[in-house]
Amino acid sequence: MADLRDLYQEVILEHSKAPRNYRELKDADHKAEGFNPLCGDHFTVYLHIEGDSIRDISFQGSGCAISKASASMMTQSLKGKTKKEAEELFRKFHQVVTGKASSNGNATELGKLAVFSGVSEFPVRVKCATLAWHTLQAALEGKQDAVSTE
Amino acid sequence: MSTAIKLPSDSAKAAARDLVAGFDVERVRSDFPILHQRVNGHQLVYLDNAATSQKPKAVIDAIVRYYEHDNANIHRGVHYLSQRATEEFESARKVVQSFINAAEPREIIFVRSATEAINLVAQTYGRQHLGIGDEVLITAMEHHSNIVPWQLLCEEKQAKLQVAPINDRGELIPAEFERLLNSRTRIVALGHVSNALGTINPIKQITAMAHARNIPVLVDGAQAAPHVRIDVQQLDCDFYAFSGHKIYGPTGIGVLYGKAAVLEAMPPYQGGGDMISSVTFEKTTYNKLPHKFEAGTPDMSGAVGLRAAIEYLNRVGIENLAEYEHELLTYATQKVSAIPGVRLIGTAKEKAGVLSFIMDGVHPHDIGTILDQEGIAIRTGHHCAQPVMQRFGVDATARASFALYNTKEEVDVLVRGIQKVQEVFG
Repeated sequence: MADLRDLYQEVILEHSKAPRNYRELKDADHKAEGFNPLCGDHFTVYLHIEGDSIRDISFQGSGCAISKASASMMTQSLKGKTKKEAEELFRKFHQVVTGKASSNGNATELGKLAVFSGVSEFPVRVKCATLAWHTLQAALEGKQDAVSTE
Repeated sequence: MSTAIKLPSDSAKAAARDLVAGFDVERVRSDFPILHQRVNGHQLVYLDNAATSQKPKAVIDAIVRYYEHDNANIHRGVHYLSQRATEEFESARKVVQSFINAAEPREIIFVRSATEAINLVAQTYGRQHLGIGDEVLITAMEHHSNIVPWQLLCEEKQAKLQVAPINDRGELIPAEFERLLNSRTRIVALGHVSNALGTINPIKQITAMAHARNIPVLVDGAQAAPHVRIDVQQLDCDFYAFSGHKIYGPTGIGVLYGKAAVLEAMPPYQGGGDMISSVTFEKTTYNKLPHKFEAGTPDMSGAVGLRAAIEYLNRVGIENLAEYEHELLTYATQKVSAIPGVRLIGTAKEKAGVLSFIMDGVHPHDIGTILDQEGIAIRTGHHCAQPVMQRFGVDATARASFALYNTKEEVDVLVRGIQKVQEVFG
C-alpha cells in the first residue's frame, strides 16, 4: 500500500505553502501557459534566456500541492542550467515520477527533486508533478498555444 | 400507482414494507455487491454517486437474464425471441413512463444519456426554431452538458446564449430569471438539481413564467432523478432528460421525455432503421413516436436494466429514500461545516445529494488523494461545471455525493478523513 508520507513529503508541503520564484518575470523572453483540464490546475512559466542558458526562471498560477511544489522546485533547479541540461533533467524526473527508473539510481542526478519519487505510487498524480515541466518545455520551444496535460 | 408495474408478490410486498418502516439501510446495502470491498486497506466508502451510482444485484441480474434468455433484435423479427425482446423493451418504456408520470409511453424516447437527450432537443427543436438574434436561456449553475449543446446551436444560428444569475447560496434568482425572458427567447434549459452545488431549482415556477410567454422548457434531470419524485405533468416541463446510470441502472441508457405534441412537430434526430415507416430513394416517411427518434438498434439490455433499477427504487419507495437522504445530507452538512477551515460551496435552502466544499490551504485534488487512502471515494475538480466554479471564485471543489446506501457512519469516516487531510497539511 502506498504511503501518504511518501507523496506529501515535508519538502513538498513546504514548497507548496511558500513557493519559490513565484512571480511574473518582467524581462521574460520565453513564456508558456499549461493547463490540466481535469482538475483545473494552471501555471505560467517565465524564462529569461541568455545564449543557451536559463538566466532566470519564475512561475505563477494555481494548483494542488504536488503541482505547485513541483513548479517551485523546478525553478530552483533550473536557474543557470543550459536548455539541454533542463531537457535532460526533465527526462530523468519524468522517469522517476512514472516509476520507470528507481529514484536511487537517479537520486544523485535529480538532487532535491528526488522527493517526488513517491508520486510513482499515485499514477493519477503524475500529471500534477509534470505540469510545470511540460509548460517549461513549451516555453523553451517557443510554442504559442497553451499546453494541456490531456 | 401504475398499471405498468408488475404487482409484487406477497413476500416482496412484506419485504418492501419492512424497508419502508425504518428504512433499513443495512438491507439496502446488502443489495449492492460492489460496496462490500476494501480499498487501500479500508472498507470502501463510496461518496461519488453524483458521478455514477452503484448497481443493485437486481439490475445486474436483469441484464444477465436478458442476455441469457431474451436477446434478439426488437421491432423486426416475426420469431419468438424478437417478440419477447420487443415486449421487454416496450415494458421498460412503460415503467419509465410511470416513474416520471408521463401521460403516454410514446413520450419516452430512449437515448444514450441525459447528454444525448439535450443534444437531441438542441439539434431538432432548436435548429427548427432558432434564427438570427434569437435567444436560449440557461442558468449559471448548469453542467457542461446543458451549456455546450446550446452554444453549438447558437453559434450555428447566430443566436444568443443568455445566462440567468445565481446568488451566493447557489440559488436561482426568479425575478432575474424572469427579466431575461423576452420575445426572442425560443427555449429555456435548466437543471432540476445542480451537480456541483446540490441546489434544487423551482421548476414549476420556471415553467409557469416561460409558458406565460409561450416558451418551452427543457429540464436536465440527471441529478434529480435519483433523489426526488419526478412528475413531468405536475412540473409541466416540455422536455425532461435523465441518465440510467445515476439512478442505479446501467450506463449507456438515458431518457428524453417530451410532450407528445411537441415531439410530433419536431424533425427526426438521426436517420436509420426503426425510425422510418417507408423508404424509397425519392422519399422517406418517418415512423411515429417514439420510434421516430430511435434510429438503429437501441440499447435493449440497458432498457431492461433501467427497468429493474426503477422497480428497485419503487420497492424502496422514492419518498422513503428522499426522506432518508435528506436526513443524511443534513447530518453531513452539520458535521462537515463544523470542521474549522472548511467552507461549503452551495448552501441553498433546497438541496439534494451533494456536499461541495473547499478547505483553507489545501487543494481539492490533495483532499481527494488523501481520502482515497482512507478508502473514501469523492470527486474533486470542477465537476464539468466550470462557470459555477468561476461564480464562486474557486478552481475546484471537493464533492461528496450521497445515495440511498450511504450511512451516517460513512459521514463520520468522511469527517475523520478530512481531519486527516488537515493533519497531513498541518
